Amino acid sequence: MTWAGWLLMTLSCGVVVSLMVFCYRRVLRTPRPEEHMHAPLEIDTRDADT
Amino acid sequence: MAGTLNAPTEPVLARRRPRENWGSRLGVILAVAGSAVGLGNFLRFPGLAATNGGGIFMIPYFISLLVLGIPICWVEWTIGRYGGARGFNSAPGIFSALWPSRVSKYFGALALIIPVGIYMYYVYIEAWCLAYAWDYVSGTMTRYGADAGTDVTAAVAAYRTHFTEFVGMGENGLLVYGSLQKGVVFLLIVFVINFVLIYRGLTKGIEAFCKYAMPLLAVFALIVLVRVLTLGAPDSSRPEINVNNALGFMWNPKTGDEGFLAALANPELWLSASGQIFFSLSVGFGIVLNYASYLKADDDVVLSGLTATSTNEFCEVCLGGLITVPVAFLFLGEANLTKDVLGSTFSLGFMSLPAVFARMPAGSFFGAVWFFMLFIAAITSSLSMLQPAIAFFEEGFGMGRRLSVTCLGLLTAIGSLLVVYFSKNLLATDTLDFWIGTVCIFMLATVEVILVGWVFGVGRAREEVKRGAALEVPRVFWFIIKYVSPTYLLVIFGFWCYKNIPAKIDEVRAMSPEDRGTVLLMLAFIGVLLIFFGMLVNLADKRWHLIGKLPLEPARGLPLAAADEEGRTRS
Repeated sequence: MTWAGWLLMTLSCGVVVSLMVFCYRRVLRTPRPEEHMHAPLEIDTRDADT
Repeated sequence: MAGTLNAPTEPVLARRRPRENWGSRLGVILAVAGSAVGLGNFLRFPGLAATNGGGIFMIPYFISLLVLGIPICWVEWTIGRYGGARGFNSAPGIFSALWPSRVSKYFGALALIIPVGIYMYYVYIEAWCLAYAWDYVSGTMTRYGADAGTDVTAAVAAYRTHFTEFVGMGENGLLVYGSLQKGVVFLLIVFVINFVLIYRGLTKGIEAFCKYAMPLLAVFALIVLVRVLTLGAPDSSRPEINVNNALGFMWNPKTGDEGFLAALANPELWLSASGQIFFSLSVGFGIVLNYASYLKADDDVVLSGLTATSTNEFCEVCLGGLITVPVAFLFLGEANLTKDVLGSTFSLGFMSLPAVFARMPAGSFFGAVWFFMLFIAAITSSLSMLQPAIAFFEEGFGMGRRLSVTCLGLLTAIGSLLVVYFSKNLLATDTLDFWIGTVCIFMLATVEVILVGWVFGVGRAREEVKRGAALEVPRVFWFIIKYVSPTYLLVIFGFWCYKNIPAKIDEVRAMSPEDRGTVLLMLAFIGVLLIFFGMLVNLADKRWHLIGKLPLEPARGLPLAAADEEGRTRS
């Protein structure tokens, strides 16, 4: 195998593996929208007191 | 709702089941990746790369991935989710939502014909993979090449003879050869598995299956990869045939007599690379469109699309690229790896590789693992080919899952029986693959990109993509989607037609009357499919207007909103 063959193989596989690892890391670390959404804060405006 | 007053059957027609959604983000990613990863990743890509410049092939390959694959992938995910948010899961409905016009739905019909048409022959090839795996497990596969002894060429010839007999390439009528053929039995098994899974639905069927099948596929492929990379020099009398040189055969840049840049400037190389990216990612099949329509309105499409794409690329470049051709080189030698062998999926996969496993230590085990892995890759793809039509039957005609699965089962069974019956030289398979599996796909992908870039508009598409996005799409991609991708697609398609269609016509002219009859019959069948789905789409469109899922059609040039208002008044 020539050095150019090694280079092209390593670069091709390296790019693909890096992209996949990056993507799966982001997917597994980012929660879905409903998983990080919370109910609105209960703010007491004291309207009833007046 | 528009049209409800003059539609007495509306409550029945408009009866809606709860909308299906994916159970998890990983589930949809694996389902889309499963759809994309197929036999092409392990059998087509390595042969294509090895015969088109080796390592040089990867340069146009990655450029095509950036310019064609990823942008079209994002386009499909985006318009799929857009249609889903408007209550449509099938391409005719999604296209109508995207472009309110009388003709848009018919473009969507292409996205039904393509997966259904491909399924008809793909399921048969899937059955071969399972049958080969079974033959390795039961020990019968080694018997087919036993007479060849140590002669590699004779072994490949023996497995070629076995394959030819197994699929009935000698003459038409595999179904009626006098006894129930093994290929037909496995076709029935695979057909039933597909329809049982699809009947279970999106989450319990497709998603649940892909969640286990995709990791299993990767594990099986890695087992074979480790075995291949640790083979060293299998024949001690020929130390030059070793793993290092086998990888070199696949990855060394082959420039011939010309220089690196001259080899890179070869248009054939670019055509092959972009074609591979295109088919490998399953863009233009109408499948991603359908899968993405089951996302929620705020679900991410950018990261999910990219993850599914990267999974496909991993299977193709890192697994397919390091296993298939190197292992064939190690056991068959360079002399047996001609352009004809490497350029044909069937020749490489079902004739040459069995001769490889026959020579490999513990070859039966690795053969079984390899062909079962191919079966998994194929079934995750074939499942995805059924879902778009199921979704269309359900939402277009209000059918229940049982009825829609039955209707699709009958339709695909007719097509598959034709493919199996007209088995001589696999002409029926070849005709469907050429016209539906290639020409129609190019057409649909071009329509999609033009629709999003020029009709729906890049500005609206950008806003749509941004919603829920876990990654930002670089600005340059919008320029690519609007200008580069359509131009690139049209040029490739034009060049492909120029190169292949006259050759195909000449090939048919030179055939015997029987073979020509088979090709013409399959072409007539494709014509019937086009008319049939065109009519169904027309009927579904009327129903959608009737139940108010789509606004009334624009009459006398009125804009849709005004026409809708007029329709209400008339009612």
